[in-house]
Amino acid sequence: MRFKSTYWFSLSLLLFFIHPLFANQVLSPNPTVTNPFVEVAPENVVAKDLPNNSGKVLQVSWNFPDTLPIMPRTIKIYRYEHDTISKHIADVTPNVKSFLDTSVMNGIPYRYSVQAEYPTGIVGGLISEPAIAKAEWFDRSKINLFVIALILVSFILGYIFYSEKGQRLFIRKIAGIQAIEEAVGRATEMGKPVLFVPGTQDMDNVQTIAGLTILSSVAKMTAKYETKLDVPVSRSITMSTGRETVHEAYLAAGRPDLYSDDIVHYITDEQFGFVAAIDGIMVRDRPAACIYMGAFFAESLILAETGNGIGAIQIAGTAMPTQLPFFVAACDYTLIGEELFAASAYLSGDKRSIASLKGQDMGKAFAIVLIAVTALFSTLSVITGNEFFTNISTFLLNLTISK
Amino acid sequence: MFFLTLLLLLLLGSVGLAFFIRPLRKFFPLLLTLFTGLLLVVALFIPAQPFPKLEEEFSMWFDVIAVFSFILGGGNLLRVHLMKIQQKKRDWQYSIVTVTGFVIVLVIGLFKVGSKNWSDPYLAQGTAFKWMYDAVFVPLQATIFSLLAFFVASAAFRAFRAKTREATILLVAAFIILIGRTPVGVWLTSWLPNPLQFFHIPNLSTWILSVPNMAGQRAIMIGIALGIISTSLKMILGIERSWLGGDES
Repeated sequence: MRFKSTYWFSLSLLLFFIHPLFANQVLSPNPTVTNPFVEVAPENVVAKDLPNNSGKVLQVSWNFPDTLPIMPRTIKIYRYEHDTISKHIADVTPNVKSFLDTSVMNGIPYRYSVQAEYPTGIVGGLISEPAIAKAEWFDRSKINLFVIALILVSFILGYIFYSEKGQRLFIRKIAGIQAIEEAVGRATEMGKPVLFVPGTQDMDNVQTIAGLTILSSVAKMTAKYETKLDVPVSRSITMSTGRETVHEAYLAAGRPDLYSDDIVHYITDEQFGFVAAIDGIMVRDRPAACIYMGAFFAESLILAETGNGIGAIQIAGTAMPTQLPFFVAACDYTLIGEELFAASAYLSGDKRSIASLKGQDMGKAFAIVLIAVTALFSTLSVITGNEFFTNISTFLLNLTISK
Repeated sequence: MFFLTLLLLLLLGSVGLAFFIRPLRKFFPLLLTLFTGLLLVVALFIPAQPFPKLEEEFSMWFDVIAVFSFILGGGNLLRVHLMKIQQKKRDWQYSIVTVTGFVIVLVIGLFKVGSKNWSDPYLAQGTAFKWMYDAVFVPLQATIFSLLAFFVASAAFRAFRAKTREATILLVAAFIILIGRTPVGVWLTSWLPNPLQFFHIPNLSTWILSVPNMAGQRAIMIGIALGIISTSLKMILGIERSWLGGDES
């Protein structure tokens, strides 16, 4: 009896002292090593926070030889919170070398264990150092974008302040914009309406906004010349904004009596339903001038060709590069890309808007210089193989590529 | 959440004040545009919450507004066409077709005619709406879309008349690209030796698309991007306010 108690006491004491040696294994779920010469365990398990994000994500990575004597069935990933509770979070295929854990909380340390499951058993169980997910307050991968945006905004604001001092700024003539008044005049002489289509997109598209700013100037002209204006729209919010724009333009022209809510009318959100309705309006009402300003897709050519068919003078403007060739082919004048955004400044004659165009031009000059310098250094780098040129061209290329 | 609540309060407050005080009717929308615009620009560079959430929330708000405004659009459509029918204006018969179509589709869609359960989507198999969509809407849409084939031909015929130097270049480039995309293009110049492979029509066609065409498109894209930045900045700063109906009042 005495021997038995001494035996149990000594065993307990021994276990008490040696238990830290097994601590890691206790944390690890079933760390069975069956045959270390055949089954290879994942090594170098590293957990880390990813930069430039809102946190709540940790990356776990591990090393695993590309060629294995036996392929494991799966890789099991376990997560430890506060070093005590283990949770099986995912199984991944053996060829995967990292895993993004998106179910973590910010500010809590997590450790990970990665194990390989073979037909004969499970190997591995090394536990990573703790990693903490945290949110960043500035996305450093966008610093190039930030700097370029800052330069462009400085150019635009600089010119606006410059114009405020009373400096006159010259802008080149754009034939398409000058033709708008000519088109409205032609419609007046012929006693026919002017059709204005502000694209097929909603007010969250900047091209629609640009289209409506041009509509404001067109509406002032039609009010002045007492010409009928017809503005079919494909979005309800565009209808509300368009009505407000035309109403104010008629007020500004001193002809509120000519304004009617029916000038701007809703047709349908459906692309081809909208086109069919406008084609019908064109064929029935035969407007003398058709103006398309905004975002267009496949409907561009259908509209422009129908307008051409009825012999209307057509002016189009869009920033959709794929639709520009169609408008160029079928319309009398086309505002290409940036000219659509310049049109309202040009038509309104507002000095601050014109100043912003000058700022835009400076931005273009900056882009041209940047492209030319990058091309020069890239060419020199290829021809000479010089490390200095390569470094500069790589830097310039990285500067312009947003990650 | 704090930002969203603040914004909502600002929005409600401005609507309320602008309702009673006429001079504020443009000031508050401008203030709101400035605040929202700057917030969304800042959100692009700050990954920490609530900024990424703000972008999602704002586009959701837009959808909510769009849903309500659809009633406005539908109402306007009905009003315009009913007035036309009542006053027997020119081509008023077409308005009957429009109004009838609108009402039939609306009723069938709202009451889910032919649907077994109310919880089924309105485009579920077996519903009258689905039948109308497949048997009427899709063929009509395809018909209008297929008009493009004829319009492309007529527009190309006009555009490719070699009247000027530029039109001639356009004609030659278009001809090479068209031929280069067909088996004839491959067959015509397949005999060319290796050093002259650049002049093989499919290669020439690819070169035109990926070098001069791409360069032109990129130049246009840079201009568009600058135009968008400038227009957005003008709106945020309240320089461009024609979307508010101008600054005359």
